[in-house]
Amino acid sequence: MNFTVSKQPENCLLGPESDSQRTLYPYVTGTSVVALKYKDGILMAADMGGSYGSTLRYKNVERMKPIGKHSLLGASGEISDFQEILRYLDDLILYDNMWDDGNSLGPKEVHNYLTRVMYNRRNKFNPLWNSLVLGGVKKGEKYLGTVSMIGVNFEDNHVATGFGNHLARPILRQDWHENLSFEDGVKLLEKCMRVLLYRDRSAINKLQIAKITEEGVTISQPYSLKTYWEFSAFANPAQGAVGTW
Amino acid sequence: MFRNQYDTDVTTWSPAGRLFQVEYAMEAVKQGSAAIGLRSKTHIVLGCVNKANSELSSHQKKIFKVDDHIGVAIAGLTADGRVLSRYMRNECINYSFTYESPLPVGRLVVQLADKAQVCTQRSWKRPYGVGLLVAGLDESGAHLYYNCPSGNYFEYQAFAIGSRSQAAKTYLERRFKNFSDSSRDNLVKDALMAIRETLQGETLKSSICTVAVVGVGEPFHILDQETVQQMIDAFEIVGEQEGPAAEPDAAAAAAAGQEAAAADQGGSTEEGVAPMDI
Repeated sequence: MNFTVSKQPENCLLGPESDSQRTLYPYVTGTSVVALKYKDGILMAADMGGSYGSTLRYKNVERMKPIGKHSLLGASGEISDFQEILRYLDDLILYDNMWDDGNSLGPKEVHNYLTRVMYNRRNKFNPLWNSLVLGGVKKGEKYLGTVSMIGVNFEDNHVATGFGNHLARPILRQDWHENLSFEDGVKLLEKCMRVLLYRDRSAINKLQIAKITEEGVTISQPYSLKTYWEFSAFANPAQGAVGTW
Repeated sequence: MFRNQYDTDVTTWSPAGRLFQVEYAMEAVKQGSAAIGLRSKTHIVLGCVNKANSELSSHQKKIFKVDDHIGVAIAGLTADGRVLSRYMRNECINYSFTYESPLPVGRLVVQLADKAQVCTQRSWKRPYGVGLLVAGLDESGAHLYYNCPSGNYFEYQAFAIGSRSQAAKTYLERRFKNFSDSSRDNLVKDALMAIRETLQGETLKSSICTVAVVGVGEPFHILDQETVQQMIDAFEIVGEQEGPAAEPDAAAAAAAGQEAAAADQGGSTEEGVAPMDI
């Protein structure tokens, strides 16, 4: 007698591949990453939250990591998939270093490698559920690009993921200019992160800002932004709204 | 070289520690028509002699573009050369697709050498019978490599392979110290002069040679016949009379002497160092 129930109907002819599973939804997620080019390189900001659905479960998640000598990777979306991507990149950089020949993979190469990985996974209906931001400097050339979970990729002077696209990019389009100083760049990023903190419910007030220049990567200690919640619109949000009492 | 009891298989060592099949493959390179390469800090020029079988036929293609920044000139079994060029093109295009960046020449050359080595260690394979002069540009500068059927590779300022290459090598040896800072046109001129050395008095015309250039801001391309003929005419007038007839003879005699010394007498004693070990 057969006590087990198979996942497939009896007439299924799929064979072994039907036993494997595909990514259907993310579980532990990170929210927006925002980044911009400035005078000496790239500045990137991300908070340290890992949400489990609507619960802000993990509050010490580093969502930005250095890659090789020349790149910095920030990710939003499924944290475990980000960790998997870091493992792929670890292997990639290791093999690159093993050549020991004066050539090294720069940010453009890493970005394109990631694009291929993300797109190929999407084609197999088993995506890595992330939106990635890849920034770096090599031989004086600054590079900033992004890849989504379906393989959409492009470069720009400033990029963001998730809510950042809707809330931070408009601010950046208005206030960004070439050759921002480090202080101005940080101020601009903080302006964006503050808006995200007010308006994105999965954002937490504990962020890191990372900088990458020709010299290397520095990721700041976590810190929080000053916020003001006494705006009258916040205190009484529905006042004057049609249909309220 | 003479036949001996250790030369049937590529996987049989001789008592003197030589793999004769590999050495015979290197002989095949020496029999092919000449190919030369030389480089400066910013450009590399490849040249080869094209001998057609008869006036009715076209000549064999010996210079291949592998990518915008890499080209290769071959000597030996051209069929093997064609297959290896296809492999190199494949590697370059796959790398470009994944990384949107040109494959560093140094890495391609190592992959090629590893591929050649495999054929020296499988009883069901034979070594590739072709020598490749790989010219390429990468972020560390201009490079010229020579890939041997043995699986060895070397980097050169200038080199020549194939029949009567010794004459070209002698010419290059005298001048290579200036190549680094040479202009692109002077480099091409030197390449043509080196090719002329291998012709043993025959007139140099663009119909019997092929020249290709790759450099900073200049993707790899083969120069067309008229350009080459113009350059030949340009320097032939100012021509340096070094008695090209005398040089190749002396060089040929020296080369013949070397070969006799290296010949194996039934594998008992080591006459000379195995070529692949140099």
